[in-house]
Amino acid sequence: MTQHKVTVIDYGINNILSVIRALEYLGAQVEVTSDWKTIIKSERLILPGIGAFPRAMEALENLNLVSSIQDFAGRNKPLLALCLGMQLLLDESTEFKPTKGLGLIKGKVNALPEQSIVGSRLKVPNIGWRALSKPKENKDWRSSILRSIEIGDSVYFVHSFMVQPLEKKSVLANIEYGGHLIPAVIEFGNIVGCQFHPEKSGKTGLNIIKNFVFQ
Amino acid sequence: MTSMNNIRLIARLDIKGSNLIKGVHLEGLRVLGTPNEFARKYYVQGADEIIYMDAVASLYGRNHLSKILTDAAKDIFIPITVGGGIRSVDDAREILRFGADKVAINTAVVKDPSLISKIAQEFGSQCMTVSIEAKQVALDKWEVLCDNGRERTGIDVVGWSKICARRGAGEILLTSVDREGTRKGFDNSLVRAVSSAVNIPIIASGGMGGSADMISVVESGADALAMADIIHYGRADFISLRKAASDAGLGVRIYDATQSYRN
Repeated sequence: MTQHKVTVIDYGINNILSVIRALEYLGAQVEVTSDWKTIIKSERLILPGIGAFPRAMEALENLNLVSSIQDFAGRNKPLLALCLGMQLLLDESTEFKPTKGLGLIKGKVNALPEQSIVGSRLKVPNIGWRALSKPKENKDWRSSILRSIEIGDSVYFVHSFMVQPLEKKSVLANIEYGGHLIPAVIEFGNIVGCQFHPEKSGKTGLNIIKNFVFQ
Repeated sequence: MTSMNNIRLIARLDIKGSNLIKGVHLEGLRVLGTPNEFARKYYVQGADEIIYMDAVASLYGRNHLSKILTDAAKDIFIPITVGGGIRSVDDAREILRFGADKVAINTAVVKDPSLISKIAQEFGSQCMTVSIEAKQVALDKWEVLCDNGRERTGIDVVGWSKICARRGAGEILLTSVDREGTRKGFDNSLVRAVSSAVNIPIIASGGMGGSADMISVVESGADALAMADIIHYGRADFISLRKAASDAGLGVRIYDATQSYRN
């Protein structure tokens, strides 16, 4: 059963209970840790996150977890980063103040657009259920974490910032926000990030987590 | 302005102790049953979110609420907002660790608006819902009430909304105390006044009588609707409401309540 063991990083500022409950519901064996050695040794890692980017990086740094997450990712083992966790994968965010991220995926984190493509006002944060779409450049979902998901399936978003990866082909799925395409899922080798909360996205979200755990 | 994005259909559960309650104008509370029996039903029907409002937490503490939340986290996988009696960053942290995704705060942020920024900085704006209980005092003028509708503040709702947004609130749960529990429809003028004053999402709450009310409040600028009476008493369910919204041309999440797991 070791292949169904998942380690969830607890760095103090995120609501990990929902992630843990979703994993348990799916029958995974869950390990929760804030210890850098445990992270390096783990087989399958989830980096959750809600809140503000600078706080989250500060919390990871205070627990000495930055290099262990980087080390884990470098060993080609599966890493799933959720919401703010996904944003932390990139080089830098402009939330409140420019702050360095984990640098596992090249690119930046910037504020969501405040206007739609036709110039009307958009409300920020982007809160709610949005339908996943496939980018033009991309890419087959069949071998990915979205393998049982269909275009148009909706998942739950709560965010004010968005990732802008340098390599467009790392975007596996988008959502439309006032006509803009916003990355919803990014994939870079063994690393996957979801801007939405799969643990809060009903059956569709549970399917996505299941695809990560039982891949 | 009608939202370009999907509107959210939210189940609002007002809690007293371990019971689901419902009143009129936030008063005259009636016990309806066990909160999570209702919450699970709404989750299965396809509610987009759940709000638990602890009606008396500010008076009696919140042991019951933590049990309700812990229980809900086991098998309800949609966003949960919790309001009632949250007074500090530490209170918010505790509620979030029990499994809530957002906190909704009224009284404590009226007393100290800097709490909005503190919570937004600590957990992100998206966690910080300001709950505004609004009572109409003149034509197109509403006053903020505190302590679950018991205390007047003299504060103007529209002005207060702008302060909340500027301080970093992620959304506003806007309850019309005049309409709450009356089934007379949302206070559309209130929603229009607040929605045009701020750039954050508005959850309209109070007064939903039928699906026509849903359409007019979205046209007034609501981004989400909180429902209580209409669903608790079974006058409508999320399947029929989602269909009615969609038929009326409102963007809603496409959801098939019968969908099972795919592999």
